Amino acid sequence: MLKFLEQLDRRVAFLLMGLAVAIPILFPLPLSYKPSPLAQSAFDAIDRLPDGSKVVFSFDYDPASSGELQPMSNALVYHCARKRHKLYFMALWAPGKTICTETIATVLLKYRPDAAYGEDYVELGYQSGNEGVIKIAATDLRQQYKTDIKGTPLEAIPMMEGVNNLQAMDLLITISAGYPGSKEWVQYFSTPFPRTRMITGTTGVQSVSLYPYIPNQIAGMLGAIKGAAEYETIVNEQYPVNGKPVPELGEGQRRMGPQLVAHMLMVSLILLGNAIFFMQRKARREGRR
Amino acid sequence: MSRSTMVWLVVFLLGAAGLATNLVVRPKGFGLAYVHDEPVRRVEVTVGPPIGADANEPTETKWVEAGGPELDRPNVSRTTTPEVSWIEESQVTPAKAWDEMQGDPSYRLSLKHTLGIWVAAFFTLAVLSFLWRDNPVYKFAESVIVGVSAAYWMLNAFWATLVPNLIQPLFPKFVQSWAMPGTTGEASDFWFVTLVPLTFAVMLLLRLSPKGGWIAAWPLAFVIGTTAGMKLVSHVQADFLSMLSGSVLPLYATDAQGRFELGTSIGNFVLIVGLLSVLTYFFFSVEHRGTIGKFARLGVWFLMVSFGAAFAFTVMGRITLLSERLEFLFSDWLWLIDPKGAHTAMGLLFSIR
Repeated sequence: MLKFLEQLDRRVAFLLMGLAVAIPILFPLPLSYKPSPLAQSAFDAIDRLPDGSKVVFSFDYDPASSGELQPMSNALVYHCARKRHKLYFMALWAPGKTICTETIATVLLKYRPDAAYGEDYVELGYQSGNEGVIKIAATDLRQQYKTDIKGTPLEAIPMMEGVNNLQAMDLLITISAGYPGSKEWVQYFSTPFPRTRMITGTTGVQSVSLYPYIPNQIAGMLGAIKGAAEYETIVNEQYPVNGKPVPELGEGQRRMGPQLVAHMLMVSLILLGNAIFFMQRKARREGRR
Repeated sequence: MSRSTMVWLVVFLLGAAGLATNLVVRPKGFGLAYVHDEPVRRVEVTVGPPIGADANEPTETKWVEAGGPELDRPNVSRTTTPEVSWIEESQVTPAKAWDEMQGDPSYRLSLKHTLGIWVAAFFTLAVLSFLWRDNPVYKFAESVIVGVSAAYWMLNAFWATLVPNLIQPLFPKFVQSWAMPGTTGEASDFWFVTLVPLTFAVMLLLRLSPKGGWIAAWPLAFVIGTTAGMKLVSHVQADFLSMLSGSVLPLYATDAQGRFELGTSIGNFVLIVGLLSVLTYFFFSVEHRGTIGKFARLGVWFLMVSFGAAFAFTVMGRITLLSERLEFLFSDWLWLIDPKGAHTAMGLLFSIR
């Protein structure tokens, strides 16, 4: 038995992991989620704002992370749409601009078809410069963004009237996959300008490094796909469409089934690996005698 | 035949058999994408001052929708510029396209988008094939991804950095005519400041020169200096001072009514002990023996727990990426599942779900 386990091909583990993820996708598990205080805080930060508040939404990720982050973006944009907040979209990552446009088309305009460009939402687009963009836009938006994504001067956009910098916003939402992202927003915006509260959605890899900023510098956080699933749960409960969950807000919950099975497999493999280690050590000691 | 060749042959035969079966059981096919064509017509108009306003106010020329309500306004008149029209293509779900295609030719199968789905499926499988072993298909996929990424970032650097930050301030009229029509076309009062980064850029490029390489050290020093200066302030403010104040917590926590909160008090206690013990572990001026050694050892345990949490979060992220890719293969490509209700409306004889 020990010899068999010692010689087990690593590709067997890959195959098991593939099956652990694939089978719950084909046959979804009925799971329910209790929202964590962090997800609830993020929800409250949007929900407690008066309708029509100014919200800047930064798409700081690319397609490589959209599996984790897009469910958050969908849920947050949907929530803002239902609250009729004015949305100022921007991106610190170049591909974030395209993802933003798609999210507007598939979520914002679907659930708020009366939203008028330039009056209810505007796409400022991507600007190179990483944290430099945040630093400049925080004090002088027009120095950083001369036009919107369509080439319209900011002066000609009605909802930009009176918005000279990001400090005019009531809330900042950033969905972040790394650098530049949530950490830079904390360092260059939410800390020096604490009037505008900040909530963030992040990849699993990044989440741990952001916990120390909660709750003083980050009001709420959606960590990895679990955070997305929790947020979808809250929004579907509070803002259903005709009494039913929103079709676009299910990706996060759906992806928690594979998580459960894959994590159980991983824990089993770790236990098995440790068992093999101790069995080997015991066998070596007995061999020496 | 080697074992490896045999495995690959079996995998390919199974894949081909699966695709053939899928094609037979689905009369409308799979892995297809549909689009809706919408004609857009625009006319150029001159917008004069509103009725009753000062007639000397400037007029504005802009493009509006042909036949739209804006043309009916009394202060709006068409110019002689001919009407412009084009087709805007938007992707629709197969279910919607099948419903609409009968009487509406503007819904059609899109070869471009369909090819995109099949190429994405091929590259997904090609990258996953590395789990078996390094192979030419994986190498091909890797090379394509590297090449495409390099090209994307080169173009991005030109359009998002060079054009707006360098060329536009120096040649505003020229850039307005072909790249940024929304800009005024007028030079800024301080346009000459842009010559500084231009000079630095040229100096940086001299690094490639065999003799003038040392010149690149000057702009590099400037970049490092400004970056350090910018980061120093933000780190001190956001990370050092804010976290220091965030760590000063009451061990006897109470709520707004002054009642004792056990959970918060325990949490604060653990946070403070964790902070002090980890700091002790990294404090090397005192030998880690006796009480100090035991406290530092406790710090190691706190560190291990945080590394474990970071690892678990990373695993969660990676599994999500895998599940997203498999979802794409099963849903968008093979049509085995339909979580978004995109393609089971018609034409499926067999579906797992």
